[in-house]
Amino acid sequence: MVQKPGSTPELVTLRGAGVCRDGRWLVRGVDMAVAKGEIVTVIGPNGSGKSTTAKMVLGIIEPDEGTVTQQAGLRVGYVPQKLSIDWTMPLSVDRLLQLTAPVDKQRRAQVLERVGISQLAHAQVQHLSGGEFQRALLARAMASNPDILVLDEPVQGVDFSGEVQLYNLIASLRDETGCGILLISHDLHLVMAATNKVICLNGHICCHGTPQAVAESPEYRKLFGERGAATLAVYQHDHDHAHLPDGTVVHKHGDGDGHSHHHGKQG
Amino acid sequence: MLDDFFIRALLAGSLTALVAGPLGCFIVWRRLAYFGDTLAHSALLGVALAFAFQINLTLSVFVVCAVIAALLLTLQRRASLSSDALLGLLSHSALAVGLVVLSFMSWVRVDLMGFLFGDILSVNKAEIGLMAAGAVAVLAILTFIWKRLFAATVNHDLAMAEGMNPLQVNLIFMLLLAGVIAISMKIVGVLLITALLIIPAATARRFASTPEQMAVMAALAGIASVVAGLFGSLNLDTPSGPSIVVAAMGLFVVSLIPLPFLKRKVSP
Repeated sequence: MVQKPGSTPELVTLRGAGVCRDGRWLVRGVDMAVAKGEIVTVIGPNGSGKSTTAKMVLGIIEPDEGTVTQQAGLRVGYVPQKLSIDWTMPLSVDRLLQLTAPVDKQRRAQVLERVGISQLAHAQVQHLSGGEFQRALLARAMASNPDILVLDEPVQGVDFSGEVQLYNLIASLRDETGCGILLISHDLHLVMAATNKVICLNGHICCHGTPQAVAESPEYRKLFGERGAATLAVYQHDHDHAHLPDGTVVHKHGDGDGHSHHHGKQG
Repeated sequence: MLDDFFIRALLAGSLTALVAGPLGCFIVWRRLAYFGDTLAHSALLGVALAFAFQINLTLSVFVVCAVIAALLLTLQRRASLSSDALLGLLSHSALAVGLVVLSFMSWVRVDLMGFLFGDILSVNKAEIGLMAAGAVAVLAILTFIWKRLFAATVNHDLAMAEGMNPLQVNLIFMLLLAGVIAISMKIVGVLLITALLIIPAATARRFASTPEQMAVMAALAGIASVVAGLFGSLNLDTPSGPSIVVAAMGLFVVSLIPLPFLKRKVSP
């Protein structure tokens, strides 16, 4: 069936998609879709094919079997898992924001403000800390108002309070702009509260559904063990606070900046 | 004015440095220094083929460099050898094949020294015309693909995902590089082409705060090296190609002298 571009809410659809390298299937039989206003989270252990799946969604890797369909004229914002900028390259944050599309000054200031690094607009990217760099990459991806954001481990190197803040930001971006978001994470306890669908990957789709349904499924428990599964169940979205693995409670204040209090850490 | 060999040499060298600077920035950013060497070494095969088939030397070198570049891009995707092993393999194989092919043509006497170290003082008016046209073409194309090439240099996947077509611009970049090697072979010789590409770019890095600034400064640093090197060569009676590279290195060393007002830009 041929669907008219734009007539469906699905931004990207994968059907039976798989990638084979050197006679080995990195990932196979992936059926998934990301629709407007939806956050889809892909979790799985290292080497389970999460990044490969993201690259298929983005059209960076052609599937060796199955199909990948992008909505016509889809605007994409991408935060890759690995991005290192050579020391010899003079590149400021402000310039990074305009890497693939022109972004006016007002918008640049706005996105940097949203991710909390306004003061770093003119800093060279090599001077940023890991967390600041991730924020800059996220700001860059959202700057040109994409239809879909693909975020591959977007909070790597960000500290605890920052992680919660950034995940809240990602959820509110979805609410404000109605874009679709594909989120890749190996951080089970951080599978975000606002996620609509979770896909659990281990070379193939082990299980999928709402965060709750996945956490309770036997396949998921088998893959991550009882302990990991129990951890996930704890991290449900709560409008006023969230728990971190050491028992820390993180409050979300009215101003929405995710400022955190740490109560009695007991590792 | 063009009747003076020294003026011709200055012009030819400056034209080469003008294009080598911006392209050299990409070589440095992408860590392709050895790749430049590989293309330069394979230029000898181009020289041999030019003699064998009686075709234009610059054109022949360009074609051979372009083929080697394409071969390398293909092998990198398929072969199980690492990139640097592949580069070494192609580089020295092409050099050796070139030397063997030349030895078959006993009637041809190739000035090997001129080939290895350049022969800038013998540049004629027609060659300067070719260089000027080549320089304009390379700079125009580079300007046209600049944004996409820069995005592809920062991150290939990101550029691809966001519609910047990195495969296409990478290919164009390789062709430009092959072109620059073909026209600069005469100036500094194959052994030192990489130096003209990367040393001015390295010098410019310290003072630039945007990629475009770095490209312009690298071109200027290259031209300054050519002028200083040629005057030095004239006064001290040293070989011109190596003198240009020594001048470029001198400029780089000078650029390392700490300047208080520049400190913030370079400190890690």
